[in-house]
Amino acid sequence: MPSKHKTVSRVMGLIKPYMHYFILSLLCAAVNVALTLYAPILIGNAIDCMIGKGQVDMALVVEIILKLGIIVLFTSLSQWVMSQCINKITYHTVKDIRMQAFNKIENLPLKYIDSKRHGDIMSRIITDVDQFSDGLLMGFSQLFTGIITIVGTIGFMISINGKIAAAVILLTPVSLFVAAFIAKHTYEFFRAQSVTRGEMTSFVEEMVGNQKVVQAFSMEERAKEQFAVINENLRVCSIKATFFSSLTNPCTRFVNGLVYTSVGIIGAFFALRGAISVGQLTSFLSYANQYTKPFNEISGVVTELQNAIACAGRVFDIIDEEPQKADVSDAISFKSVSGEVSLQNVSFSYLKERPLITDLNLDVKKGQRIAIVGPTGCGKTTLINLLMRFYDVDGGDIQIDGSSIYHVKRDSLREQIGMVLQETWLKTGTIHDNIAYGKANATEEEIISAAKAAHAHSFIKRLPAGYDTVITEDGGNLSAGQKQLLCIARVMLDLPPILILDEATSSIDTRTELMVQKAFEKMMEGRTSFIVAHRLSTIKEADLILVMKDGHIIEQGRHEELLEKGGFYANLYNSQFAVS
Amino acid sequence: MRRQLQYLREYKKESMIAPLFKMLEACFELIVPLIMANIIDIGIGSQDKGYIMRMGGVLVLLGVVGLACSLTAQYFAAKAAMGFGTALRNSLYAHISRFSYQELDKVGMPTLITRMTSDVNQVQTGVNIVLRLFLRSPFIVAGAVIMAFTIQAKIGIIFLLSVPAIGAVVFGIIHVTIPLYKKAQGTLDQIARITRENLIGVRVIRAFRGQEKEIKAFQKTNENLYETQVHVGAISSLMNPLTYILVNLAIILVIYVGGLEVEKGSLTTGDVYALVNYMTQILLALIAMANLITSVTKATASSIRLDEVFNLEPGMKEGSHDFSEMSAEDGPKIEFDHVSFAYGNSEEEALSEITFEARAGQTIGIIGGTGAGKSTLVNLIPRFYDATKGSIKINGCEVKEYTYSSLREMIGVVPQKAVLFRGTIRENMRWGKKDATDEEIMEALRIAQAEEFVMAKPGQLDEMISAGGKNLSGGQRQRLTIARALVAKPEILILDDSASALDYATDAALRKALRDLPFAMTVLIVSQRAASIMHADQIIVLEDGGMAGIGTHEQLLDTCETYQEICMSQLSKEEVRMHA
Repeated sequence: MPSKHKTVSRVMGLIKPYMHYFILSLLCAAVNVALTLYAPILIGNAIDCMIGKGQVDMALVVEIILKLGIIVLFTSLSQWVMSQCINKITYHTVKDIRMQAFNKIENLPLKYIDSKRHGDIMSRIITDVDQFSDGLLMGFSQLFTGIITIVGTIGFMISINGKIAAAVILLTPVSLFVAAFIAKHTYEFFRAQSVTRGEMTSFVEEMVGNQKVVQAFSMEERAKEQFAVINENLRVCSIKATFFSSLTNPCTRFVNGLVYTSVGIIGAFFALRGAISVGQLTSFLSYANQYTKPFNEISGVVTELQNAIACAGRVFDIIDEEPQKADVSDAISFKSVSGEVSLQNVSFSYLKERPLITDLNLDVKKGQRIAIVGPTGCGKTTLINLLMRFYDVDGGDIQIDGSSIYHVKRDSLREQIGMVLQETWLKTGTIHDNIAYGKANATEEEIISAAKAAHAHSFIKRLPAGYDTVITEDGGNLSAGQKQLLCIARVMLDLPPILILDEATSSIDTRTELMVQKAFEKMMEGRTSFIVAHRLSTIKEADLILVMKDGHIIEQGRHEELLEKGGFYANLYNSQFAVS
Repeated sequence: MRRQLQYLREYKKESMIAPLFKMLEACFELIVPLIMANIIDIGIGSQDKGYIMRMGGVLVLLGVVGLACSLTAQYFAAKAAMGFGTALRNSLYAHISRFSYQELDKVGMPTLITRMTSDVNQVQTGVNIVLRLFLRSPFIVAGAVIMAFTIQAKIGIIFLLSVPAIGAVVFGIIHVTIPLYKKAQGTLDQIARITRENLIGVRVIRAFRGQEKEIKAFQKTNENLYETQVHVGAISSLMNPLTYILVNLAIILVIYVGGLEVEKGSLTTGDVYALVNYMTQILLALIAMANLITSVTKATASSIRLDEVFNLEPGMKEGSHDFSEMSAEDGPKIEFDHVSFAYGNSEEEALSEITFEARAGQTIGIIGGTGAGKSTLVNLIPRFYDATKGSIKINGCEVKEYTYSSLREMIGVVPQKAVLFRGTIRENMRWGKKDATDEEIMEALRIAQAEEFVMAKPGQLDEMISAGGKNLSGGQRQRLTIARALVAKPEILILDDSASALDYATDAALRKALRDLPFAMTVLIVSQRAASIMHADQIIVLEDGGMAGIGTHEQLLDTCETYQEICMSQLSKEEVRMHA
């Protein structure tokens, strides 16, 4: 976590390109405040022209109110220009910071993305940036005008009458004290409320989110009782929090009233002695009315700004994250690869203290099929991670056609490998765009023939808009099998020499599964393939089986060899069928 | 919305007192300018120091009484609103508890969770604000206008004209900006979507070298958001300058006309002061109301969303008979007679014409692809859904005749998704049976193949499970959910594809343990794996909602084409025959 000071200067750095807006907004703020404060004086002067019946200097009144009219126009104009500037600064800054964060996401090592909760990263880019923007908006528009207003008011009051001004300034701390007192207590109650509310939310997420299970066990009544208890707690906390937080307004209004009354009385006495005119008294009263307002606002703005800085800090955390290692400077690009893969003394671990793969050697010839098997969670995907350079090895080397993948540009490496994962990921967009994801300039014919090769063409044709059907987020409108077929089509479009395939375990209907299998079969023809295998038929036909357990490759060989060996694989194989 | 307001009825007194006191406070506030005018006219005019002091005292008194009124109002408003929210939440929760799976599917859990939490909060806040402030602003506006009329009718007309003008500006701007803010929110949602997609799909994106493309797409959306934000900002920042101009124009008019009237002797200087002051109060009140409208709009939208949930009535009626003690001696345990089922208003049947019988102690396997209707079939047994046609009997009695709890206590369900709840392992196990002893729990764990890993945990049965069971592996969670269903020694056990995360060996051991149970239990196993069900007493093969075959493994291999297809795709030839 960067220090607060550092964060502030980073924020300043972000604002720097928009300095001209910033200066203009400051200028406008100053003009605006000065004019706003001048208006009551003019009104006071006008009232001074009305002493009583037959004693009104109408000519002067008209002159003053004309002046007032012009001033009002300029006040409004300056205020509008100021808000425009502030809007531009804020939204530009926010746009920039979001862009930086997103750029970073595209360049973060997988290690970071895998280890962080996605919701957390999301909330930094969405919510935190939003709060930051709110804070900036409020901060700029209220902090400066607030401060200038306070200074200006005091200045104007002193210029009219120093003693009354002194009385007002003496009363200031009362207002601040009251506001601070309430804020402190409110904070405590709010915290209690948000803790209870958090409890309520997690209860609801658990119970309502799993309502089906709750019903299956006839737990509705018991859950309802538990809910009522939390709900009642929340009621009590909320009443306190709401009541206390709503005190701020009436209380400061009351203090404001005190200031107003004092000014009224003291001012009236001064007026009696002729030290000030009645018009000046009204100007004073009008100042007194608006004098305490900026104080309340500023205390609000300060918390808001602190929050904004904290939010910015969280976004900077992502932006400052170490990106993945850049390609080495003399990295080559693959021309055409035959598909020989070799792993030499590879060691790797996700966590330093828990070594996973140690000294792994593997030689795969062009066109061979490697089946990776083992119980769930045994680390079958680790090999995929290493081959694709989602993660880098800790020691040893991986070579394709004799060149180390660490001396090849990442993009060039990934171009040689086609990947179909079990978790089918599709983008929000048309089917067409999804199939063409890896090759933006693909022609319509290419796309259709890829879809045909993947056995996806027939179901796509049946969709309401065919290839232009828009897939919703998570592909919700397609079945799991159909999504899988689309993922295959995406690879089919431009079949690379090496394949990584992950067989789906469940949730595909038999017919589609047969199609997926056929499509896989077609893809693998003459290509080096690594298959995370679940189907025994796939495993038995593999050129090499890697048996993994707890992240280690504990056995390797062909089906018959491994059965003969009578080890873990044989056990695994027999256990599935040797019942009773 | 009316239906929701009934929860305020219990707080009738509070919800009357709150606005009433708020209005009282406003009254006092309206008197202040008049008193100040008197201080100016009478106190200063006739050099009456005593009068000034007395009036000063009255002002302080008004302040104190005003504060007291305001606090009273805030307290009762908070009490009423929070009480209302609590009652609303309780009743919503109770309402959701009554939903059958049919309604739960229709609304969706995530929606229910947000309605339960943030929507209720929004409505609650809305009620609080309305009680506190909504009457206050119109009252002040009306009051100020009336006061102006009591001072002088001619000037009152200026007020009467300027209020609608200011109002039109304030509400016109709100009217224009609300849809724009919605649009900005929509764009922000898109940004969130792209970010989420990029986090989830990071592997595919990198494999297809799509980073640049993604950054461009993000940039475009980000740019859109910026444009919308600046646009809406420009409009909404017109509010302050425009209203400022209008109010000051009115003030200029008041001063001009006031000056003429003072000259004629029909107004005093103090009156002019008071009139100017009222004009300012009107502006403040209207702006406060504008802010209120935003929150009330939000609350109304939330309230409509809540109504949608409330208007959804559970489609099933609970039976009245408690058959928990009853047990069929010789008849079939479960009987499906020409059962058909369609989801919601869908015309297509998810299940059609299902007929079979299961005897006590039998194991029934159900196999078929996704969408074949396997889960639907088993969900009809505990009456999570009602069959649209045909009859389902348990122990010779229609499932519709049972009370939910007596029916569901007979049946142990292990759902597809392994859901556990926050709490200790023991607490989770007791979901099946409230007063289960440790021995009973251990026995269930043993059968479910979970004893070993539970005993290896430091806390054993007292080990805490975090929300969603995140601190356990997928396989461990599944075994615990199986154990949970077994604790009550149900007469019927439903395993809905619930062994998918288990490795072959554990799956086989589990099936063996279930067969060797010391008590008679009818077991229904839903699976995609032929190996999991091929030893069942009866296998039901489903395809597209219909029965493609029923019988033992051997019988089906000879007669059922679909079954052959499934077996062939999953097992090798020898394996299929080996067990036949």
